Amino acid sequence: MSSPSAVETAAGTRTLTFGQAINEALAEELRRDETVFLIGEDVAEAGHPFKVLSGLVEEFGPERVLDSPISEPGITGLGVGAAMTGMRPVVDIMFGDFLTLVMDQLANQAAKAHYMSGGKLRVPLVLRTTLGATRRSAAQHSQSLQAWVAHVPGLKVVLPSTPADAKGLLKTAIRDDNPVVFIEDKMDYVVKGEVPDGEYLIPFGLADVKRVGEDVTIVATSSMVRVALAAAELLEQSGISAEVIDPRTISPLDEDTIVRSAEKTGRAIVVDEGHQRYGVTAEIASVIADRAFYALDAPVKRMGALDVPVPFSPTLEDVTVPTPETVAETARRLCGKD
Amino acid sequence: MSATASPTTIGAELALEMYRQMTRIRLFEEQANELYRGAKMPGLTHLYIGEEAVAVGVCSALRRDDWITSTHRGHGHCLAKGADVDRMFAELLGKEAGYCRGKGGSMHIADHENGNLGANAIVGGSAGIATGAAFSAKRRGTDQVAVCFFGEGALGQGLVYEVMNMASLWTLPVIYVCENNMYNEYTHYLEATAGDILARPRAFGIEADEVDGQDVRAVYGRMTELVERARSGGGPAFLLANTYRYHGHHVGDVDRTYYRTKDEEALWRSDERDPLRVLGTWLLAQGFADDDGLHSIEDAARAEVESGVQFALDAPYPDSSQVTEDVFA
Repeated sequence: MSSPSAVETAAGTRTLTFGQAINEALAEELRRDETVFLIGEDVAEAGHPFKVLSGLVEEFGPERVLDSPISEPGITGLGVGAAMTGMRPVVDIMFGDFLTLVMDQLANQAAKAHYMSGGKLRVPLVLRTTLGATRRSAAQHSQSLQAWVAHVPGLKVVLPSTPADAKGLLKTAIRDDNPVVFIEDKMDYVVKGEVPDGEYLIPFGLADVKRVGEDVTIVATSSMVRVALAAAELLEQSGISAEVIDPRTISPLDEDTIVRSAEKTGRAIVVDEGHQRYGVTAEIASVIADRAFYALDAPVKRMGALDVPVPFSPTLEDVTVPTPETVAETARRLCGKD
Repeated sequence: MSATASPTTIGAELALEMYRQMTRIRLFEEQANELYRGAKMPGLTHLYIGEEAVAVGVCSALRRDDWITSTHRGHGHCLAKGADVDRMFAELLGKEAGYCRGKGGSMHIADHENGNLGANAIVGGSAGIATGAAFSAKRRGTDQVAVCFFGEGALGQGLVYEVMNMASLWTLPVIYVCENNMYNEYTHYLEATAGDILARPRAFGIEADEVDGQDVRAVYGRMTELVERARSGGGPAFLLANTYRYHGHHVGDVDRTYYRTKDEEALWRSDERDPLRVLGTWLLAQGFADDDGLHSIEDAARAEVESGVQFALDAPYPDSSQVTEDVFA
């Protein structure tokens, strides 16, 4: 049901789209734990506008896969209260831009309850939402606001980049006893990848080396991992060996893996689709500059979205985000090979 | 308005217990004010004095395992739901023995064991939490109910209406208790509230009623009906309790004449409007207590408050190393 077009491949894995992997993770956790439920706009029969949730209401029923009113603060608040009292809600916020609507419930309620109560209250809530531009959706449906939530102590923030990571990390998120913001790249839902058979979890705070290299480290998140890997292909043609590190969770952040790579290569670029100013790239670049300073041969470079509202027209929108070409160009300059 | 329960059905034992609880809250709050005035308490606090009949009337209709969410003016709710005076004072003073290990303070007291999901300093901010607790009770198949306390100031918050809509759609066992103490901080509620308050929940198909918030028997009587209704699957309700905040918005708000008159304050403090005197007079008239009986309740409550505050004053502050504990579960 959850993976109708799954292709059997080499023993132990299947090819799934990112969306199918998300669907499988939700289905497995709904099956495993009666306290898990999904709530959001058009999550039931419609299967979500991105069709990621198709089939779930048929298996689990409308009591556990609930279509809600268009009330993002309301469903998030309801999720916080349900989480405090024994449930494990997965709240679906269709577009990451709508994080602005739920900020009180997320930042002032969910993130604070455990600390403010001296450890008494727990909020095992997952808030799934999306990020990413280049979908021609204009300024209110294209933002990547992970820095907003990563700034708040008490929230964990997950940015999966592959189907396999998405599945393992989402299952971990649902089992976590803290509020977790799980942000998916909406352009990734149809991207395919190998997903291990059977049950598996991926721990938070563990970066993944997506490509091993020697000359330059590219730390990339979510949508930018594909960009970084494509840039690495281009760089190979220029005789530059790039290592691509995917933190997978930015809160907690696996600083050690990032720093070790930067120390090895001596050069680092950080790429994230959020706005560059005060963003995720700033935080990670400062970690590298702080901890790997004496091993660096060049300043740490940051690449985020241009600091403008995301425009509609394709010729405008396409220049707001890093591309394989711009990342490769930055890497070449960093390596003195431009 | 539908008929309220006959208050005379309340027996001596319950009425005396409610008198004890209300007295305890009154004395607790007077002591909190003294802690502020004596510069013994960090920060400010928002006193519940004058509104005791609401918290006690509502919480007397609840079971220990029913949930409440509270407000920045929440000491009365916390105490009425079962919190201990000593750990309450300890939290007000930022001591480790406090309900939140000193991390929450006056505005964030949470007491999970007694069903208190926390006082909340965002006006209307707990409406979702209470509704979610009711959702959880229904999904888990318990017969718990959830009560959301909020002031009339929260009527300006959109979240309240979002969750009332869902509570009605899904027949959730939640009761929204609106304490109308007439002032949104320093602004009279009529300057901030259009139309009829009860028309708002009724627009969602929610059972809505109002009671005299100075009469604990009236609050308890109507609340008991609404709780039983919610518990047996009848869905959400909204109770508007008309009351009055004797003190300022917070303890530092002592010069109030620019927003309300001394005559108005005196009226609400009179024998006819003060919740303790209203109940005390009734207890005497019923023969449920004599003057000595009421005084002994007051003396016992005073002793409890005095020993509680001493406990808190003597208790140690948390070690600064605890600052990074409890960020994550």
